[in-house]
Amino acid sequence: MSNGMTEKESVIRVDGLSRRFGDLTAVDDISFQVGRGEIFGFLGPNGAGKTTTVRMLTGVIEPTSGSATIQGHDIRKESILSREHIAVVPEQANVYLDLSVWRNLMLMAELYGVPRDRRVSSGERLLEALGLLNRKDSKARELSKGLKQRLMLCAALVTEPEVLFLDEPTSGLDVQSARLIRKIVTELNADGLTVFLTTHNMVEAGDICSRVAIINKGRIAAIDTPGKLRSMVRQRRYVEAQFKGQSPPHEKLESLPGVIRLESSQGVLRLYTEAPGSVATLLAVLSDSLGLELEQLNTREPSLEDVFLYYTGDGGSR
Amino acid sequence: MISSFDPAIWRRQAHGSLVILKKNVLLYYLKPPVLIFGVVFPVFFFLAFKMGRNVPPGGVVPGMVAMALWFTASAIGPLVTPWERGAKTWERLISTPVSIRSILTGDVLSGFVFGSAVSVIPVILGLLLTTAHIVNLPLLAFGILGGALTFASLGVLLSSPPASSPSNIMLLSNLVRLPLLFVSGIFVPIEQMPAWAGWVAPLSPLSYASALIRAAYGSAPYFPVWLCFLMLFLFTTVMFAASCRFHRMYRAKGL
Repeated sequence: MSNGMTEKESVIRVDGLSRRFGDLTAVDDISFQVGRGEIFGFLGPNGAGKTTTVRMLTGVIEPTSGSATIQGHDIRKESILSREHIAVVPEQANVYLDLSVWRNLMLMAELYGVPRDRRVSSGERLLEALGLLNRKDSKARELSKGLKQRLMLCAALVTEPEVLFLDEPTSGLDVQSARLIRKIVTELNADGLTVFLTTHNMVEAGDICSRVAIINKGRIAAIDTPGKLRSMVRQRRYVEAQFKGQSPPHEKLESLPGVIRLESSQGVLRLYTEAPGSVATLLAVLSDSLGLELEQLNTREPSLEDVFLYYTGDGGSR
Repeated sequence: MISSFDPAIWRRQAHGSLVILKKNVLLYYLKPPVLIFGVVFPVFFFLAFKMGRNVPPGGVVPGMVAMALWFTASAIGPLVTPWERGAKTWERLISTPVSIRSILTGDVLSGFVFGSAVSVIPVILGLLLTTAHIVNLPLLAFGILGGALTFASLGVLLSSPPASSPSNIMLLSNLVRLPLLFVSGIFVPIEQMPAWAGWVAPLSPLSYASALIRAAYGSAPYFPVWLCFLMLFLFTTVMFAASCRFHRMYRAKGL
C-alpha cells in the first residue's frame, strides 16, 4: 500500500496494524502512509474499522499487532511523544458542558503545554474564524450541536497540532456549520496541516481529500486519489438518458453493444458501460431509428460513492 | 508510556496533572454527588452518633475530623472518570499527551486538596465550640495530609471499573467506605471494640489516619506513629499503582 513516500515525507506510517476484540478482528493487518500536508480520507461502512484505527493512532486503544508512527514516534513505545503532534475531534466526544467556551479552549491548550500568550491569541483568532467569539463566555451546554462541533474543532486547533484527526466531523450538522468546518480545514491544510478524515460523506471526501483509503471488514480495499479511484471502477461509468414521451424497449437497450446493465427510475435511464461515448452514439442512432426524441443524453463518470459501493461489496458487478 | 527518564517529559506530565486538578476543581467540586457523599453524609453520621449521648469532646472531635477526611478526600475520584465517560469527554482526554498516570495523579490531587481543605472545618469548629484541644499540631497536619492522599488514592482506585454512570461507582464506593468506617476507630476507639474488629482494623487505611488524628488530640495512639505513616504510604502506593493498572486496562471500555 506504499505510495512511494519516504520516511521523511510521511507524517503517519502504519505497518500491519491489527486490533482484535475477543474473536472479532476489527482491524486486520492494514498498512498505509499519510504524507505531510495531505487531507487523507478514510472511508468505510459502519463497523469497517475506521474508528478503531483512529483510536489506535491517537493512543486511546493499543493495537493487538503491527506498528505505526506519527512524526516518527512509535504510537506504542513513544505514545506521549506521538500524541504531542496530534489533535483529535472524535466522533462521539463532547466538550465540557459546564465550562465556558473560552475555558474549554484554554483547558485543551494547557493540556498540550501551549504558552499562555500563544493560547490566548490563537484562541481568540479561532473563535472569530468559527463564529464563536460572541459566545466566548457562554457555557458549552448552551450551544447547539453545530456550535459544539465548531468548539470541538477550535479546542483541537488551539493545541497547534501538526496532524488533525477528524472522525465524522460534519455528521448530522446544519449546512452552515458543515460548510464552515470544511472551509477552515481546507484553509489550515493549505497552511501545512495534515488531516486524517474519516467520513461517510462521499461528496465531502471527494471534494477535499487529496487521497482516500477505503476500509472494509477491517482491511484496506483501495487507496489512491479520488480521481484515480473513480477511473479504476470503469464498470460504474454510465450513460444517462431521458426521452420525451416513450422510451425504447428495455430489451433493445440492454442488447446495445457495451451495455453491462440497465437501470430505470422515474423516466431516467442509466446504461452502465465501460465505453460511455460509443454507447451514447448507439443510443442516439437507436432513438432516431425508432422515431423517438431524446430530451437529454449525458455520459457520467462514477462518483466516489460508486467507488465506495464497488469496494465495499454493494456495487453489483464488481 | 514514558519509556525513559526525560526531565522535560516529566515536567510536562507534572504540568498536565496540575491542569487536570484545575479542571476537576472547576467542574466537580460542587457537583451534587460530591456534596452529598463528601459533606452532607459525614455531618449526618456525626449527628446520629452524637445526639442524645454523653460523649467527651476529646473523643468526638478527632472522630469527626477523620470521618470528614475519609468521605471528602475519597469523594472526588469515584465521580470524575465515570462522569467523563458518560459525558464523552474521556476519549478526548486520554488522546492528549498526558499519560493515564498523570491524569490519575491530577485526580488524586483533586481529592487530596478537597479532603484537606474541608477537614479544616471540623478542626476549627472543634476548637471554637468544644473543649477539645490539639496537643500536637504538626502531627494533626501530617495526619490530615497523609490521610487525604491515601483516601484520594482509594477514590481513584474505586473509579477504575468501566461504568458510564457515576451512580454505579458511587454505590460501589459506599459499599467499601461505609463498612471500613465502623472498624477504623472513628466512633469507638479500636481498643474498645470487639476482638474481631481489632483484627480487621489494621486492614483499613482509615484506622491509621484516625490513630494519628486521635494522637494529635492527646489520645494514646492505637498504632505507633511511625507505623501509621508507613501504612498510609504503602496504602497510597499500592492503591495508586493498582488504579493506574486498572485504568490502563479499562481505558477504552464503554467509549
